Amino acid sequence: MANPASPPVQETQLYAARTGVYPKAVDGFFRRFKWAVMAVTLAIYYITPWIRWDRGPYAPNQAVLVDLANRRFYMFQIEIWPHEFYYVAGLLIMAGIGLFLVTSAVGRAWCGYACPQTVWTDLFQHVERFVEGDRNAQIKLANAPWGIKKAAKRLSKWVIWLFIAFWTGGAWIMYFADAPTLTRDFWAGDAAFVAYGTVGVLTAITFIFGGFLREQVCIYMCPWPRIQTAMLDEKSLIVTYKDWRGEQRGSVKKAEKNPDAFGDCIDCNQCVAVCPTGIDIREGPQIGCITCALCIDACDNVMAQIGRPRGLIDYCTFDDAEVEKSGGQAKPILKTLLRPRTLIYFAIWGSIGLAMLFTLGQRTRLDLAVQHDRNPLYVQLSDGYVRNNYTVKLRNMETRPRQVELYISGLSQAQIWPSEGKRGDYADRLNLTLPANGVTKLRLFIAAPGDGAKQENFNIGTRPLDDDRGGARRGDSDDVIFERPVN
Amino acid sequence: MADKKYIDEATGTETVGHEWDGIQELDTPMPRWWLWSLYATIIWGVIYVILYPAWPMVNSATKGVLGWSSRGELHAEMAAVEKERAPILAALASTPLEEIAKDERLMQTAIQGGSAAFKVHCVQCHGSGADGVRMGSGYPNLNDDDWLWGGDLASLEYSIKHGIRNPDHAETRQSQMPAFGEILSGTEINNLTAYIRTISGQQKGEISNATKILFANNCASCHGKDGKGGREFGAPNLTDKIWLYGGDAAAIRTTIEKSRQGVMPRWGGRLDDVTIKMLTLYVHSLGGGEANLAKIVDEDKGKAEAGRAK
Repeated sequence: MANPASPPVQETQLYAARTGVYPKAVDGFFRRFKWAVMAVTLAIYYITPWIRWDRGPYAPNQAVLVDLANRRFYMFQIEIWPHEFYYVAGLLIMAGIGLFLVTSAVGRAWCGYACPQTVWTDLFQHVERFVEGDRNAQIKLANAPWGIKKAAKRLSKWVIWLFIAFWTGGAWIMYFADAPTLTRDFWAGDAAFVAYGTVGVLTAITFIFGGFLREQVCIYMCPWPRIQTAMLDEKSLIVTYKDWRGEQRGSVKKAEKNPDAFGDCIDCNQCVAVCPTGIDIREGPQIGCITCALCIDACDNVMAQIGRPRGLIDYCTFDDAEVEKSGGQAKPILKTLLRPRTLIYFAIWGSIGLAMLFTLGQRTRLDLAVQHDRNPLYVQLSDGYVRNNYTVKLRNMETRPRQVELYISGLSQAQIWPSEGKRGDYADRLNLTLPANGVTKLRLFIAAPGDGAKQENFNIGTRPLDDDRGGARRGDSDDVIFERPVN
Repeated sequence: MADKKYIDEATGTETVGHEWDGIQELDTPMPRWWLWSLYATIIWGVIYVILYPAWPMVNSATKGVLGWSSRGELHAEMAAVEKERAPILAALASTPLEEIAKDERLMQTAIQGGSAAFKVHCVQCHGSGADGVRMGSGYPNLNDDDWLWGGDLASLEYSIKHGIRNPDHAETRQSQMPAFGEILSGTEINNLTAYIRTISGQQKGEISNATKILFANNCASCHGKDGKGGREFGAPNLTDKIWLYGGDAAAIRTTIEKSRQGVMPRWGGRLDDVTIKMLTLYVHSLGGGEANLAKIVDEDKGKAEAGRAK
């Protein structure tokens, strides 16, 4: 690289302080949409743990609960047990394909509207405007020397931020324990250390990320924009400055004097002023753009004021941009959204969802697993019978106790008895009471005459003795092997 | 051209001047907070080195002002576990053997503790599945329902505590079968072998009165008139299907000729009483346990059913 012709090494700055971003308040269609998304997502996040759901005396009454201690996940009437974790995997796959779908259709909509970093930053900026005033007042305050007034404003802003941040961390732990109990324990000092730790960490992260790091998170920390940007194609709707219509930029006065030389952009900088990541959309697509479309609102407002058509900055695809540049008409939005790629994504996404719903309706709530004890394989009894030992696991996944018969079939002259019982007290079946919402493990002894095949297949099954929800749903059964000594 | 700085047109940022396949790297300055993060990790590192063992020396490492060590942590954890276990071990010690099964928590601890102790002290002879090292080798299978000295809790505990034919111990289980090779003739031994195999159902045939008298004179005193054995002498039942040293003709003949005297060490001096209790309950739970525990289950069958359902 040591080219003698290359310029002398400049004093390049290795590190730069963050340039302050003071987004201006704006009103418009996308701003109102963003308000709506914020209201819905925050409401879901803060309120969900407080929704009650009566599951009877054997299961918690919280509608959405991740019960780590008992390894259950409750979501309204759906309960997920650890061995059903594939539902969570399915949801993750749906989330992934959903991201493909949304990104290929409308670009980085996740970044602009639904990402927690965006939502809380937006909320914090609103608080900031409430305390310090809009963009100009904020810049003025930032440049002002520290005094009582500045300190008071900053302090009250930070207190409100801290309150929101604390509430955010507090809501998170409510998903993992009974919310009213946890709240009481939390304030009484009786909650687990991990609860306080989690609230502390989440409060700090929300406060710092939402209050101070903001767009730095999007640009330098988050891998998501790189991935999402790679999933866009020339048919995805993204926020676009239509330079073929806007350039040459010039003030209204200049443009009036010489209409042919100037485009619609009057260089008022409103699109830059409202941008929460502080970029200039007129420089084209860039990593800092989260496609929140506030610049569209700002520009549309200005266009309305100066009596020019809206949409100088607008959602537009690369393909349509080319068409419009050469004077054609852009495709209608619906046609942009409904194209093979998005339809295929939607089909995959939908079929996974339907398949999950179907299996959710079909799954058995009384599960049996039988394991043949291998050490020893069999035991010779003194009267010539041979005994095999089995470990039986019965999962009663309903939130009520069950009466169940455990039976064996296909093994002649078999005797069955539980390890605490006595041989001969039971024939080839025994009755069990299964606790609600739990696993019953028992050792089962089965004896049969010793003069038979070395290995014999038979069946251990369950039969519900109580009324069965859903009508004729049968109990589970399992094929197992009976071992005998070689004769 | 020589004095021109490399400026990227789209962004107006200087480039570093390298180019790979037409792609140039922008010389964008790093955010300053990133630098702060680096400084923070350095400070963290320094504090860590002061607080915790860090620098390797010739024989050990610097101690760190907190005095923490993984070995110390292990000791603390062991002490905590022992402290936690103390009450339940005390409860096990004070509860009579027969009562322990009534308390599910005690019973669970006993079975698990017994299983662990078994894997350390007993598997060498009785095998990891407690079915003897090899069938017919003289190490009894503890899973079956055949007990030379009794299979109830008290008998099991006694056997474990005092051992079988343990030399130099007065209370040990003691029995002696003579080596009949010096007493009886080969034909007589062969006849007795056939007789035993007949009463145990392994072969068919007529037994002469002489052989019956031979058995009554030499064997019945311990094994009983009908050969069903007796626990007072630890004499095996000769009519069942279970053979400690093998039930084929050769094995039975050898047993009569030379006699067999299996020895089990006494564990009373080596293991504490609680461990022996736990071992007793574990062995009893393997499937061949007799008498008193089953009686408790009988008394309260409904409760046992409910207990299992927990």
